[in-house]
Amino acid sequence: MKILVPIKRVVDYNVKVRPKGDGSDVDLANVKMSMNPFCEIAVEEAVRLKEAGKATEIVVVSIGPAKAQEQIRAAMAIGADRGILVQTDENLEPLAIAKCLKAIYEKESPELVILGKQSIDGDNNQTGQMFAALAGLPQGTFASKVEVTDAGVNVTREIDGGLQTVALKLPAVVTTDLRLNEPRYASLPNIMKAKKKPMDTMSLEDLGVDATPRVKLLSVAPPPERKGGIKVASVEELVEKLKNEAKVVS
Amino acid sequence: MSVLVIAEHDNASIKGATLNTVTAAQKLDSDVVVLVAGTACGAAAEQAQKISGVSKVILADAQCYEHQLAENVAALVTELASGYSHILAPATTTGKNLLPRVGALVDSQMISDVIGVESADTFTRPIYAGNVIAKVQSSDAIKVMTVRATAFDPASAEGGSAALETADAAHDQGISSFAGEELAESDRPELTSARIVISGGRGMQNGENFNLLYSLADKLGAAVGASRAAVDAGFVPNDMQVGQTGKIVAPELYIAVGISGAIQHLAGMKDSKVIVAINKDEEAPIFQVADYGLVADLFEAVPELDKLLG
Ligand SMILES: Cc1cc2nc3c(=O)[nH]c(=O)nc-3n(C[C@H](O)[C@H](O)[C@H](O)COP(=O)(O)OP(=O)(O)OC[C@H]3O[C@@H](n4cnc5c(N)ncnc54)[C@H](O)[C@@H]3O)c2cc1C
Ligand SMILES: Nc1ncnc2c1ncn2[C@@H]1O[C@H](COP(=O)(O)O)[C@@H](O)[C@H]1O
Repeated sequence: MKILVPIKRVVDYNVKVRPKGDGSDVDLANVKMSMNPFCEIAVEEAVRLKEAGKATEIVVVSIGPAKAQEQIRAAMAIGADRGILVQTDENLEPLAIAKCLKAIYEKESPELVILGKQSIDGDNNQTGQMFAALAGLPQGTFASKVEVTDAGVNVTREIDGGLQTVALKLPAVVTTDLRLNEPRYASLPNIMKAKKKPMDTMSLEDLGVDATPRVKLLSVAPPPERKGGIKVASVEELVEKLKNEAKVVS
Repeated sequence: MSVLVIAEHDNASIKGATLNTVTAAQKLDSDVVVLVAGTACGAAAEQAQKISGVSKVILADAQCYEHQLAENVAALVTELASGYSHILAPATTTGKNLLPRVGALVDSQMISDVIGVESADTFTRPIYAGNVIAKVQSSDAIKVMTVRATAFDPASAEGGSAALETADAAHDQGISSFAGEELAESDRPELTSARIVISGGRGMQNGENFNLLYSLADKLGAAVGASRAAVDAGFVPNDMQVGQTGKIVAPELYIAVGISGAIQHLAGMKDSKVIVAINKDEEAPIFQVADYGLVADLFEAVPELDKLLG
């Protein structure tokens, strides 16, 4: 079984992003960039399936700037076999990414596509579902457990009320939640080995994807500031404030 | 044109977040249609008819919609889509699972987690874990969006008398099926709609100690939430996680106990009206958003709070 894992280069999760002074966009000058945490989990899951003898090849794909090669190499250091960079300096919308993924899916014919559930920059939570729809595939989103069976794949999903398990026919799409696994740290030998693994580069034109944006960013602003609060000295004072000042308990 | 709202329900009754989504829909157009797709879900459709401001309810009752499988429901919504200017669903796990699929099928770039409606094509939404609010304008013919319930008041569940229409098509795609579920059972209010939420973090040390919070919650009629660290450590189940990648809450009172206040946690609770933090580290970032901060050992403070509020 071949597994395709789309990964995204995003601002590191420790960075507190702020709007630019003119409110036109966010300020990403000189901030640390990393692989989206949910994508790391997706790569790790694919590698575990390969280690368990369920998968034969893992292909990672990233759509983004030349520097996204860093994240592709990082995925290879975890254990992916091969990389594809669809190089573009445009910041594509999830629908356009999904269209690119469909084109790659048709070339590569993987049986499983594992994505992150959400990119932590745009917080979209869309690409996996959109790609699944375009390719006519079933989806197991927000996965906390993935089990490949003879009949297909069973995915346990984290839903608002608890957990739900769906049975999907292959090929299928899975998006990862945080508790699916804990990604390993790449060892130095594996980081060295990753440098020699094959990587293809292609363009949006090669894929024949029209990526014209549909949604325009008009402005960005910081969220409403909370007024600074106070420290209370005791539980008694806290209760007094909650009852008489905030009036939220009686 | 009309706005289509996809109802969230369990076949027997309509879930609260649907009411907030109807309010967002009313800001777009006065003609609001609600789709109830499920199995033996007539009772839920009847409830939807009573929601104030809804003009029509479409009932799609077929076996293949029983568990809201996105593959099947998206095909149904896509069939209905052409009559609408906007398609909305609550930004719950059900809505987030379904709506991007619909967006792709109608070739529309969906907008996630809308918190403000500026006009029929311009919306606000949080990005970067809520550190930034983006104002965006859609040029798509059909605008598809999930709505963050905490940002809109609920429409009244009573007083409406919408017409009822049925949609017969059973769009069974035959590629996915329901295989089971484990739903958390609790007598406490639902996290996302509770008036008071008490959340515990890694500082709780183990699952048993959460009993301190359950006891206090039961006195206050509160729901209990958790940080990701507490969920990851196995203290409590995943459906209790509050934050960027968990549930978004905005209660009147949020009490954070043994939670440091990482941005990913703040993203899920900083719109609460009053925030209380109990933490033994006076430098903990949670104090920066707390209206009332108490620097104390939670194992002393929480039982005392329990006693004084009891
Ligand atoms: C992609 C991504 C998504 C994430 N999404 C979420 C999310 O949705 N929600 C979320 O919560 N986190 C999320 N996180 C994790 C987040 O970054 C933090 O790691 C997490 O919120 C920390 O949880 P905590 O505050 O319980 O633990 P800690 O940061 O370990 O804090 C524990 C606190 O307890 C206090 N404490 C300890 N003992 C006591 C005591 N006896 N009395 C009083 N205080 C005590 C300590 O002083 C400390 O401040 C995400 C992370 C990533 C990378
Ligand atoms: N530019 C991209 N290149 C490759 N994969 C992507 C890209 N953008 C999003 N994805 C995948 O889609 C997931 C969800 O992203 P999003 O829909 O933006 O929240 C990510 O975790 C990735 O797996």
